[in-house]
Amino acid sequence: MVENGKSVILQVQDLETQFSTPDGTVHAVNGISFDLKEGETLGVVGESGCGKSVTMLSALRLIPMPPGKIVGGQVFFQGQDLLKMSKEEIRHVRGAQISMIFQDPMTSLNPVLTIGKQMTEPLLLHLGMKMEQAEARAAELLTMVGISDAVQHLSDYPHQFSGGMRQRVMIAMSLACNPQILIADEPTTALDVTIQAQIADLVRRLRDDLGMAVIWITHDLGVVAGFAERVLVMYAGFIVENAPVVELYENPMHPYTAALLRSLPRVDGSSIGQKLEVIEGLPPALLEKPMACPFAPRCKFVQEKCLNENPPLQEWSSEHHVACWVDMSTGELR
Amino acid sequence: MTTTPLIRVENLTKHFPITRGIIVQKEVGAVQAVDDISFEIIQGETLGLVGESGCGKSTTGRTLLQLHKPTSGKVFYKDIELSTASNAVMREMRRNIQIIFQDPYASLNPRMTVGSIVAEPLEIHNIGTAAERQERVKELLELVSLNPHFINRYPHEFSGGQRQRIGVARALALQPDFIVCDEPISALDVSIQAQVVNLLEELQEEFGLTYLFIAHDLSMVRHISDRVAVMYLGKIVELAARDELYENPLHPYTQALLSAVPIPDPVLERKRKRVILEGDVPSPANPPSGCRFHTRCPIAEAVCKEEHPEWREAVEGHWVACHLAK
Repeated sequence: MVENGKSVILQVQDLETQFSTPDGTVHAVNGISFDLKEGETLGVVGESGCGKSVTMLSALRLIPMPPGKIVGGQVFFQGQDLLKMSKEEIRHVRGAQISMIFQDPMTSLNPVLTIGKQMTEPLLLHLGMKMEQAEARAAELLTMVGISDAVQHLSDYPHQFSGGMRQRVMIAMSLACNPQILIADEPTTALDVTIQAQIADLVRRLRDDLGMAVIWITHDLGVVAGFAERVLVMYAGFIVENAPVVELYENPMHPYTAALLRSLPRVDGSSIGQKLEVIEGLPPALLEKPMACPFAPRCKFVQEKCLNENPPLQEWSSEHHVACWVDMSTGELR
Repeated sequence: MTTTPLIRVENLTKHFPITRGIIVQKEVGAVQAVDDISFEIIQGETLGLVGESGCGKSTTGRTLLQLHKPTSGKVFYKDIELSTASNAVMREMRRNIQIIFQDPYASLNPRMTVGSIVAEPLEIHNIGTAAERQERVKELLELVSLNPHFINRYPHEFSGGQRQRIGVARALALQPDFIVCDEPISALDVSIQAQVVNLLEELQEEFGLTYLFIAHDLSMVRHISDRVAVMYLGKIVELAARDELYENPLHPYTQALLSAVPIPDPVLERKRKRVILEGDVPSPANPPSGCRFHTRCPIAEAVCKEEHPEWREAVEGHWVACHLAK
């Protein structure tokens, strides 16, 4: 499939994931659809519990089942539905063609195996390399992510590395098989701000050099601003807005996006002296599938219709999609 | 705003010993968490304290309140020296100086009700009768916008933002005039952070509180602080009025830190030039010689490796510790 000259490489349709918990079924992802184009950088933002990580984990079938369950939807990658593949088939996609890096570099490496052992594993498994070849490639990858003396570091254990270096190792591992898609799940959240800048810079450079598509999941609207081409805003397991990055920040059309942007202080000092905008209340617990707009109880523009019907994600322009009944500029229904 | 200092810190140092041996412990070194820092906090102001994890900002806050005994140096509250005060005097002092902790999940006892958590400081200081205390707790809950009917609930029944409000109510119970806010919003979601920050600002206005606001979020610190101090590896490297520090940072570390903060505006963000620091923060158990930042500094010269930079006033009210800054 081709759109605007670039082909779509990952297509998620009506994805729905639930978790059974002692309190009842949690509706974590409630029918999400989006496309990822070749070489595109897609930012996914939202607060904790909004379903941004679960969406990506579901797409790769990485959620623990049970308690998790993918109840519906399709995820097309190269014409095949990842959700219908056998375990063997999806293992060849994961790590090889689509790879993922996680939030916490402290826990996503195995503490009792050397860096070399962990780095060569995908090379031996997916590419069928010989040990010597794999070690040379591992050293090359470490050099690529900015770790000097790579050959010596291969015999080190993860505890000998700092947080920033561990995240570099994770990135090197994820690049091992030249993936077409890199999914980064809050890769800089656990890191300090100067290290955060290093890692973001590294991923940006690798993306440009290797031409892969990147999905960057984060709660930090600042990181996304400098990085993504298009942004999905998630709330309560729904995509509430999907727009190109400049358009989203300049002309947010969902009240949640708009409020979120106004609740942030600016390092340039333009928010001083003003009260920060507050979004009253809390996100819903999702023990029932929302029938009304999930943001309605916290929304300033709420109308009768919002309390009865959940707005679908509608096309406002060909690039800008929003799930809201109300036009914020007038406060009236669209 | 007056300019009398409420808190004065002189050459404060806190080293944590590194020991070896199980039965006979031998001291083999020290983590220099805070090393020879001096500053003042003026009555009614908010002093922001920023830096990366492990730079000693929380240790500074806690040592200041004597929750850690300082290795050396002095801390004054008004004219009373806290660092040598007896336990009895210190206990009295704690009415005036309080703290709000970072993690609202770990800093509230899960087996105590909200009412008893907030009343505990009142009980310890023998203030009022049981009934009066109950009244006061309700008043405090209302003050932080929690429903006073929640008095018999337990912490797990509240969200992160609400728990942090309970922490704020507890800190306010004794009507202190100085509060150390130790990363009070780091554990909260973006939309909830603004709620807590606005609450802290309102309370400051109402009661004339003085804050030491410890954080690593530079945008939030700019929003809430009057003056800002920047720490690196146990040292304060720069201290200035808020706008002066953000508009005209003198220390290369401050410059790098500010340029690393992402701005939520794609047009501006893409035009910015970043100073990206190489490498990681060195270990405070074995800090670099001379200026502690010289190993990562983009403009370091020979002198930086040899000598400690002097803590000097470069422009009026703008203090910096760097050989090369003008």
